[in-house]
Amino acid sequence: MEKRVVFSKLGLPILLVAPQIIITLVFFIWPASQALYQSVLLEDAFGLKSEFVWLDNFIALFSDPHYLNSFARTVVFSAATAGLSLGVALFLAAMADRVLKGATAYRTLIVWPYAVAPAVAGVLWFFMFNPSIGILAYLLKGIGYDWNHYLDGTDAMILVVLAASWKQVSYNFLFFLAGLQAIPRSLVEAAAIDGARPFKRFWTIVFPLLSPTAFFLLVVNIVYAFFDTFGIVHATTSGGPAQSTTILVYKVFSDGFIGLDLGGSAAQSVILMAVVITLTVFQFRYIERKVAY
Amino acid sequence: MAGLEFVGVRKTYPNGVQAIHGIDMAVADGEFVVIVGPSGCGKSTLLRMVAGLETVTEGEIRIGDNRVNELEPADRNIAMVFQNYALYPHMSVFDNMAYGLRNRRTPRDEIARRVAEAAGTLQLEGLLDRRPGQLSGGQRQRVAMGRAIVREPEAFLFDEPLSNLDAKLRVQMRLEIKRLQRALGTTSLYVTHDQVEAMTLADRLIVMNAGVAEQIGTPLEIYDAPATLFVAGFIGSPAMNFLPGTVAEDGSGANLDGSERTLPVAPPASAGRGRITVGIRPEHLEPVSREEAVLEVVVELVEALGADSLVHGQLADGGEGMAVTVRVDGARQVAAGEVLSLAVAPNHVHFFDPDSGNRLA
Ligand SMILES: Nc1ncnc2c1ncn2[C@@H]1O[C@H](COP(=O)(O)OP(=O)(O)O)[C@@H](O)[C@H]1O
Ligand SMILES: [Mg+2]
Repeated sequence: MEKRVVFSKLGLPILLVAPQIIITLVFFIWPASQALYQSVLLEDAFGLKSEFVWLDNFIALFSDPHYLNSFARTVVFSAATAGLSLGVALFLAAMADRVLKGATAYRTLIVWPYAVAPAVAGVLWFFMFNPSIGILAYLLKGIGYDWNHYLDGTDAMILVVLAASWKQVSYNFLFFLAGLQAIPRSLVEAAAIDGARPFKRFWTIVFPLLSPTAFFLLVVNIVYAFFDTFGIVHATTSGGPAQSTTILVYKVFSDGFIGLDLGGSAAQSVILMAVVITLTVFQFRYIERKVAY
Repeated sequence: MAGLEFVGVRKTYPNGVQAIHGIDMAVADGEFVVIVGPSGCGKSTLLRMVAGLETVTEGEIRIGDNRVNELEPADRNIAMVFQNYALYPHMSVFDNMAYGLRNRRTPRDEIARRVAEAAGTLQLEGLLDRRPGQLSGGQRQRVAMGRAIVREPEAFLFDEPLSNLDAKLRVQMRLEIKRLQRALGTTSLYVTHDQVEAMTLADRLIVMNAGVAEQIGTPLEIYDAPATLFVAGFIGSPAMNFLPGTVAEDGSGANLDGSERTLPVAPPASAGRGRITVGIRPEHLEPVSREEAVLEVVVELVEALGADSLVHGQLADGGEGMAVTVRVDGARQVAAGEVLSLAVAPNHVHFFDPDSGNRLA
């Protein structure tokens, strides 16, 4: 039997859910509706009056090569960040799963980066790769690579990908390790007796059983790369050089608050919102289908 | 197919636990050997060393004529059935059975043929497309068996394969495993804590206790002449009655503690004149008239099983804790409080040294 609490009056239940609802309203629904509203307005240069322009802002965006360029860059950035952070985390988790004894210490160490604020993580990498004082830039120079993310767009992209992935590795690691430890040891042993070498065991037994976790993390990481990386970009490259690291979420900021194109910026955030909603819906549908094998 | 041999095998886990204290034994080609013992005695450890899932600390394990200590599990050509079946949950029944063959690059049509054959033997034909999650416990058990037999290995290893089944299915699968092993003639090593399973399946038994093989022999050898108190108490159900006592002055019998009567069965000469433990199985005590009786038991409790009844009581003139269990014909009416007069055939009385626990012979 399901247990139900029955409230005789309406007052208490409203009081109980109010904080959650107020937070959602103030920090999500209200700004989101503001963005929606702004995205169909055009402001004059002095911000004195605005005009209703239907979908002109969106049409302008999709005919703007800078925006399309930024879109493509965001796809590259997200794929690289998700790929790198998932790959490294999976590797570390597989290693940790093998040496369970030291695992707690190892786990604690690996989780640390997650506690670091994005901006701080960005600054950290910024210093390590600083062409004149950075230790890593110095080492790269030692092996003959002239690192300069101020001038080279590719270097700059690598830098933001590294900084963004680094933090995400710890999060992914926790999920992967939990997933790995939920796989009964006897399955891997049975596969070993069945003649599968370690690598084959991993790909034919362990990874398929881990795939729901991997898929969940893939979506989370893409969402992270799309929306949560503003601080990192801002602290390392500020979107440069020559907009080579201006990913969508950064462009919202630079167009809106630096370029003061509020309508266009709002339209961009509406598009971002649509992307995250699509991803989330996709994930829920997939996971619903995938629960039982 | 091949035999199997343990030569001075010992196992110490990295955390210092000594699980196996030296096992020497040879398993003949095609033989069904059951390792039986209480939980934690090292049965699984021994089996897993044969499989290559645990390293051998000391000694040697041979399959056929080859030392396998250093071989990977994959290279030992053995198949194992796990207690939880360890079926691959994301693969169909067919793929579960085919996995080991594919890894060994068996040709496609050969795989199809062997899986179909195994599925036929195990009545799995209709289930080949299902996932393990869609099968009952008994069906999963069969798939696990199927996965082992398609490989046509040198030896089967079973680690308590029936303990997750209900009692009725367990009896049925027990028979099936025995029949299958007979038909295939594959050397088998079977681990269980259940002595009935052990007795019914084994060509030969290893009774283990705390990492030591207490006795190795055929089920009847072990039942008729248990080598130690531990084996005597472990094999046979209900367990053997143990009655402490001393050898009578003239050596012609045993004086049970607190009892006036002398049990008129002469202990072996090796008993000397000291203390002994007398062992009598419940099924070897027979209700007789008072004149013929060698023991008398005050009945405390009767468990009627139908075909026979188990009578639990105390030795009538015995000291504290001289509990005795008797198996009597189910048709016989026995009531609590009654005094049962019992006789025993001399060749069914066992004598043990109470200090070392060894059989006196
Ligand atoms: N991986 C392990 N590490 C340390 N000790 C273990 C390990 N596996 C088993 N043991 C210990 O070895 C002994 C024998 O275990 P096991 O072979 O599993 O017993 P059984 O199968 O007879 O119940 C037990 O005391 C157990 O605690
Ligand atoms: Mg065990």
